[in-house]
Amino acid sequence: MREPKIIVVGGGLAGLMAVIRAAEAGVPVDLFSIVPVKRSHSVCAQGGINAAKNLKGEGDSTDRHFDDTVYGGDFLANQGPVKRMCEAAPGVIDMLDRMGVMFNRTAEGLLDFRRFGGTLFHRTAFAGATTGQQMLYALDEQVRRFESEGKVKKYEGWTFLSAVLDDHRISRGICAMDLKTMEVRTFPADAAIFCTGGVGAVFGRSTNSVVCTGSAQSALFQQGADYANAEFIQVHPTAIPGEDKCRLMSESARGEGGRVWVPKKPGDKRPAKQIPEAERFYFLEEWYPKYGNLVPRDIATRAIHKVVYTQKMGLEGAPAVYLDVSHIPRETLDRKLEGILEIYEKFLGVDPREHPMRVFPAMHYTMGGLWIDNANQATSVPGIYAAGECEYQYHGANRLGANSLVSCIYGGMVAAPAAIRYARGLDKGCESVSTVVYENERRRQEQINDSMLHAEGTENPVTIWKEMGDWMTEHVTVVRNNPDLERTDGKLLELADRFKKINLSDRTYWANQTLSFCRELQNMLVLARVITRGALARNESRGAHYKPDFPDRNDAEWLKTTRAHYDCGTIKFAYDPVDTSMIPPRARRYDAKA
Amino acid sequence: MDTAAPGGGNSGRKVIVRVKRRPGTREEAHWEEFALDWRPHMNIIICLRDIAERPVTRDGHATTPVSYEANCLEEVCGACAMLINGVSRQACSTLVDSLEQPIRIEPLTKFPVVRDLVVDRSIMFENLKRMKCWVPLDGTYDLGPGPRIAPEVQEKYYPLSRCITCGNCLEVCPQVNENSDFVGAAILSQVRLFNAHPTGAMHMKERLAAVMGPGGVADCANAQNCVEVCPKQIPLTESIAEVNRQAIRQAVLGWLLG
Repeated sequence: MREPKIIVVGGGLAGLMAVIRAAEAGVPVDLFSIVPVKRSHSVCAQGGINAAKNLKGEGDSTDRHFDDTVYGGDFLANQGPVKRMCEAAPGVIDMLDRMGVMFNRTAEGLLDFRRFGGTLFHRTAFAGATTGQQMLYALDEQVRRFESEGKVKKYEGWTFLSAVLDDHRISRGICAMDLKTMEVRTFPADAAIFCTGGVGAVFGRSTNSVVCTGSAQSALFQQGADYANAEFIQVHPTAIPGEDKCRLMSESARGEGGRVWVPKKPGDKRPAKQIPEAERFYFLEEWYPKYGNLVPRDIATRAIHKVVYTQKMGLEGAPAVYLDVSHIPRETLDRKLEGILEIYEKFLGVDPREHPMRVFPAMHYTMGGLWIDNANQATSVPGIYAAGECEYQYHGANRLGANSLVSCIYGGMVAAPAAIRYARGLDKGCESVSTVVYENERRRQEQINDSMLHAEGTENPVTIWKEMGDWMTEHVTVVRNNPDLERTDGKLLELADRFKKINLSDRTYWANQTLSFCRELQNMLVLARVITRGALARNESRGAHYKPDFPDRNDAEWLKTTRAHYDCGTIKFAYDPVDTSMIPPRARRYDAKA
Repeated sequence: MDTAAPGGGNSGRKVIVRVKRRPGTREEAHWEEFALDWRPHMNIIICLRDIAERPVTRDGHATTPVSYEANCLEEVCGACAMLINGVSRQACSTLVDSLEQPIRIEPLTKFPVVRDLVVDRSIMFENLKRMKCWVPLDGTYDLGPGPRIAPEVQEKYYPLSRCITCGNCLEVCPQVNENSDFVGAAILSQVRLFNAHPTGAMHMKERLAAVMGPGGVADCANAQNCVEVCPKQIPLTESIAEVNRQAIRQAVLGWLLG
């Protein structure tokens, strides 16, 4: 039997898990990543990973996890895949535990669990406040082991440009660029698994890393892969705003007892510590007595917006609220939250163990992503699979905290065997595809590079990117109004037009970061329109998508998956029914006492 | 919102930055100076982005954006290590207001320069491979929970698992130089971590065999610079001492038992 050829693009949690599963199956795999995989964005995940292990005697179960996830996602997620993910989660934690992830422990030496948003159970296993980092390292070490055995070949410092499609629009490999030599090369493969993460850069500043541009997803979309639920963008309630990025202050701060508040007197100039308890407005606890500070992120973010913009109660009139852990014993903070408190201290020079942190919501995560089927993580292009944040499957209209790490690992676990099955079932493998197919794609990509490098315009790509980010953040995040969305789409078209007149201040063919950034920016401008137009079309409010003019969820018209398709330069939308066969949709309310 | 666009500031205050430029591996390095608009909470990454948006030197010459590595921007990915005013550290967590001006930015010196501030640190990942820094698994299928670990043990070793492979500890180590293969503190600390894990310990022997080989623990000359610059305050010297003890024990045992 011929050996199938598998490529994985992206070396975060999902990508590394897919690599490990392929290597375990004895299938050679090539792994492509822009950064050394150990520096992938998964390191930024802080709070933990969910699994209903029920180690706290609360009667938790995978069914409860399933229900919390579907309800938290406002019923937009297909229930079959979510159920399977929740059922697999306890085994995922065990696997990570066996790999040596330094999870926090109980007195008996068992895994400790903390509470997270959108659930009443202690369901989140954690390694301090750097859980994603610890998990990524564990998978990275396993991949390194396979690499040393010759089962994995890494291409670090390469960026994906396009899929190589044959005459039947079947994927036969990828085209990528070496970020050092700027060489463009094609790599034949029977199947490629994309694990290329989030889209934060589309919003300028977000909690995401620099590489989270959505460029790969957008490139695939423009080659015919459908993109689903783009309009569902998670804005995390608690981040430190910054000019280069918004640094996340994990939900685990609230899981460990952190409280969100503002002074009752708007504009109160006293230092936080001098404001007595009775003069503080703990608005989440007051409005949502049952879940308190641990309401889901979309709810907490809108509450902060209301306090700041409607009630004008932001700190000293500024868009900020307090996230307060200063009442928690120092020893507990250092044991469970050190990783994030250290970030606050280093970047702002204030010790959050002493002083409440000033935070504000920031773009954090995309629930939407490449459309995949309900069983195999297969996109709409044969031979292309997707796992992790870059696909849309598991989180519906709003993701619960600590569910992303599960979906990454689970998606990678499903994608690799599915891709191998597909590859083994092919009549003819990539080696029998004409070299002309690869040659043409390489030439097409080189021509794009050449035209960018020699453009004689006046526009600076960084300026275009900043304008896009400012517009997207202002109009396509927490509150959405149709006239603003229309204007934003117009602005994006203007920016795309201006992009044609760029001028690269660097025209060399050696480690040219301006060129690779321009390639990403061009793709971001397309993805930004998919998000904006998707939001414009959806006239309801559901999960993270909120329109004041359509304040309610409208199941009759909108309980459906948005499916964007790229057709000769235009973005078209179709809608698929959602699988709600197991949990009938019910009203989603966290303010109820019941 | 940005308080000011580069080149159009309102406070008038400037940040003077000198960057050591090197277009490629064969070209000579040279310095370029930039005058940027000061804003509150500026870090080195923001300075480099300002240059990318307006690549013009202080004396008005057009130049190229500076090539540099950066990803998470919150000091957890390890990418942006460089020399800032002569100190080896992460650019993202280095705030302009804490620095003397002109600010001098240079690439790390212990790794080959690719371009400008980009260096090739792949040797660190290769050495992790050489030292077998992993817990060998039978497989990723469901084999039940891992070994129980006491909370005190977790608390002792968790800090080691926060190593971001930035390379600052190698940069300041006199033993890391052109004439030596010394793997450096970060890698040895990882050896200690995997030797401590109940499953990892089952394979301590082969890890220690590598540690006793060329470039291993014997090359440490106890300068203790590593622990001073580690951005994650990892007790690197303790790690080296511990691995050294383990290696000696294994060597002696090997000699006694033949």
